[in-house]
Amino acid sequence: MKLSNFLMMSRRNFLFATAASSAFIAISKFAKATTSTPDTHKTNTNTVKMTVNGKPQELTLDTRTTLLDALREHMDLTGTKKGCDHGQCGACTVIVNGRRINSCLSLALQHDGDEVTTIEGLGNPDNMHPMQAAFVKHDGYQCGYCTPGQICSAVATLDEIKQGIPSHVTEDLTAEQKVTNMEIRERMSGNICRCGAYSNMAEAISEVAGG
Amino acid sequence: MKPFTYQRAETTQDAVRGIKTPGAKFIAGSTNLLDLMKLQIEQPAHLVDISKLPLNKIEDTEEGGLRIGGLVTNTDLAANERIRKEYAVLSRALLAGASGQLRNKASTGGNFLQRTRCPYFYDTNQPCNKRKPGTGCSAIDGYSRSLGIVGVSNDCIATHPSDMAVAMRVLDAVIETTDSEGNTRSIPLEKFYVLPGSKPNVETVLKKDELITAVILPKPVGGTHIYRKVRDRASYAFALISVAAIIFEDGTGRVAMGGVASQPWRVKAADNQLPNGAKAVIAKLLENPKTTEDNKFKVTLAERVLDGVIKEARG
Repeated sequence: MKLSNFLMMSRRNFLFATAASSAFIAISKFAKATTSTPDTHKTNTNTVKMTVNGKPQELTLDTRTTLLDALREHMDLTGTKKGCDHGQCGACTVIVNGRRINSCLSLALQHDGDEVTTIEGLGNPDNMHPMQAAFVKHDGYQCGYCTPGQICSAVATLDEIKQGIPSHVTEDLTAEQKVTNMEIRERMSGNICRCGAYSNMAEAISEVAGG
Repeated sequence: MKPFTYQRAETTQDAVRGIKTPGAKFIAGSTNLLDLMKLQIEQPAHLVDISKLPLNKIEDTEEGGLRIGGLVTNTDLAANERIRKEYAVLSRALLAGASGQLRNKASTGGNFLQRTRCPYFYDTNQPCNKRKPGTGCSAIDGYSRSLGIVGVSNDCIATHPSDMAVAMRVLDAVIETTDSEGNTRSIPLEKFYVLPGSKPNVETVLKKDELITAVILPKPVGGTHIYRKVRDRASYAFALISVAAIIFEDGTGRVAMGGVASQPWRVKAADNQLPNGAKAVIAKLLENPKTTEDNKFKVTLAERVLDGVIKEARG
């Protein structure tokens, strides 16, 4: 490979290419040692239809596939990140039928007929969603790994407040909801940022809310 | 995750028929079951997906109460207008639990059935009588800060993690079920959970083929509704102690506690002591506590939290 071509490869493609070549070596070694594949790892598959970022998708998946893995590995929507894979960090947050969820704690097959919005569906570098633009403006990140989940969560959070859904810090359960710094912080507690960019995120969200 | 077959149930009958498949489990919100499957703590051979069944309505009952479908999400239940106005303790408890993302997914029925967050139940390298009966309890002499102090046994000191269930207990909720033969029954929440004893793997009176279809709340009783949760961080953490209380103007009322037992903890004799203050209530509610060095602080904390709740109710 020429150096110029090498430099043009994205980090992701490069990682894929190196992983693929090592896998090839491993498989060839394994093939010499065994003559038949034991039938103990039966894979069960099912089909599911969903709309992702406005595009209809029909997939046949191993029943164990989470919505997160379906997005990343089967639809190449790698903006959604896998952090803890146990619903504790929020990096995998996507919006399903208007509500934010942890895509790691949901089987893809459970989303038949659902409408899924990922970070790619909110905006792109040339046409950013207001929340994405606000995160850039307020420097609402450092390493950026939790950012797609934070932004999906933030967009859905403001919508939840608009719909009048109360939170743990809402003083009066029957009064109209307000967007305060405390409300934003409580409602965003399911999204962890190990760099600790929370205060800048709160400012970005508050700006989008018109605060 | 171990391989499993999957079935999307179209009707309740479909679902309860499907559950007869060997090794079958229902899956709804999936926020707890899928997590446990990834750790191979749960290994169902077949999943019956009930998440699209039409059990997601909240309706008025003839008696003036509410019938909450088993699949109503925690978010929708907390935001329901009647729940907010007339059963505020339930709304508050739900909002004190989990995160926004999880509340959007977790179902009412599933919330009752979520498993303990005891660190040894989750660590498959350690003995645990709840996860693997007969292997022993690692928690009793282990890290037990978050674990139970009443109703515990020599085989298990796990706590039930739900906030919702604590409020449901103080509201005298009744669970409705249907089984694979089509039989239905109503189970008062006070009779729904079983104490760990020598079989901590058995947590409720539900039969294997029984599905929670709804939860009934009796008509509202009025009073001041308070849910106060004390935890190691301000949000998105399980309770060390939580108090669900309904207190009337004359000082009488009801109280249930979370974070202390394998089920939401309520004792009739403790309710009767409410006019006499927190110390009198705790003497009955947490009578003869069985604590560890790590969690004995909970007895004092419980009294202080309840004292704060009673003072708040009195204004």
